[in-house]
Amino acid sequence: MIEILQKAAAQNGLVTAFAIVGLIVLLSGQISRRLTFGRVHGSAIAIVIGLGLAYWGGTQTGGHKGLADMSLFGGIGLMGGAMLRDFAIVATAFEVQATEARKAGMIGVVALLLGTVLPFIVGAGIAWSFGYSDAVSMTTIGAGAVTYIVGPVTGAAIGATPDVMALSIATGLVKAIIVMVGTPIAARFLALKTPRSAMVFGGLAGTVSGVSAGLAATDRKLVPYGALVATFHTGLGCLMGPSVLFLATKALVG
Amino acid sequence: MIIYGTALLAVCHLLGIFLGDLLGQALGVKTNVGGVGIAMLLLIFARLYMAKKDILPKLTELGVEYWGAMYIPVVVAMAAQQDMVSALRGGPVAVLSALAAAGTCACVIAVINRTERVTVDVAPEPILHDNPLLADAE
Repeated sequence: MIEILQKAAAQNGLVTAFAIVGLIVLLSGQISRRLTFGRVHGSAIAIVIGLGLAYWGGTQTGGHKGLADMSLFGGIGLMGGAMLRDFAIVATAFEVQATEARKAGMIGVVALLLGTVLPFIVGAGIAWSFGYSDAVSMTTIGAGAVTYIVGPVTGAAIGATPDVMALSIATGLVKAIIVMVGTPIAARFLALKTPRSAMVFGGLAGTVSGVSAGLAATDRKLVPYGALVATFHTGLGCLMGPSVLFLATKALVG
Repeated sequence: MIIYGTALLAVCHLLGIFLGDLLGQALGVKTNVGGVGIAMLLLIFARLYMAKKDILPKLTELGVEYWGAMYIPVVVAMAAQQDMVSALRGGPVAVLSALAAAGTCACVIAVINRTERVTVDVAPEPILHDNPLLADAE
């Protein structure tokens, strides 16, 4: 019986994923209402449950894709993978008011530049203080603090060692998780209320996954504005990391 | 037909990714530059154009809106496949630089957003608020 059920679930991965995620969302909605009296957004709880399951999956299988590495939950990998994630993000653009987006265009670009340079300086500085004082390691870890894609792309381009690359990816992952979980908590401090503020947030906080999940858990209406800017983050980082930022670091530390 | 909406979304998505890859190649980086952002802009323009021409029936809109409403569940699935174990194993350098980077950016966001004039403080209602799919998602 159990075997037949498992086989059915494993062969219909995406459908299983829909059912599981539906269950998680239902559960977190109840937790939000009953335990926190609506103070913590249901989506925020659902994302934390997702991250918890990812940790559990990772310890069970030793893989790198959380719950998606378990054959029974393979469909989670498709549902939450880059293809459907980007498809759903693009779909949210249907609600964007073009006038609002245009009004914040300039500040969005400024936020993007700051969002690349500031985390890089902070990350490279901390790497230096921990003894990673050569320009290549500093640049790679600093780039990881921009996003977890910029880190390895930059590291590969300038020839970083594998352990520094792993550290750089870990830095980006931790940052994405901090943004996902921290945004709803810090929403008032960040003054996240308007489309313009969401675009500033999208540019500065970086990582599409962090921004989109953080905004989803804060105010669903702000998602498209933040995502619109954040999608340029990785590209800009990969552009600046191995070039301008590496050369600047090299000039500083030799 | 509901598939027209989903197909429109798919075409914008593919075209955006394609243009983002082209842009990345032109700039000499090994990655897609803003493909999803370009796709979003294409969809915004397509919607404005089709609404003006009056060729955007409700059913076509629903083909896009369904996926917009699926956004949060997709994000939950995305969270469930993060590499949490290696993120936590990265040790103090990873955690400290991530915390410091996020903290610095949070302060800058707070400063910039406080300069926004109060007159534009009212968040505009999204256009499609009669849609039960989206009302649910919020």
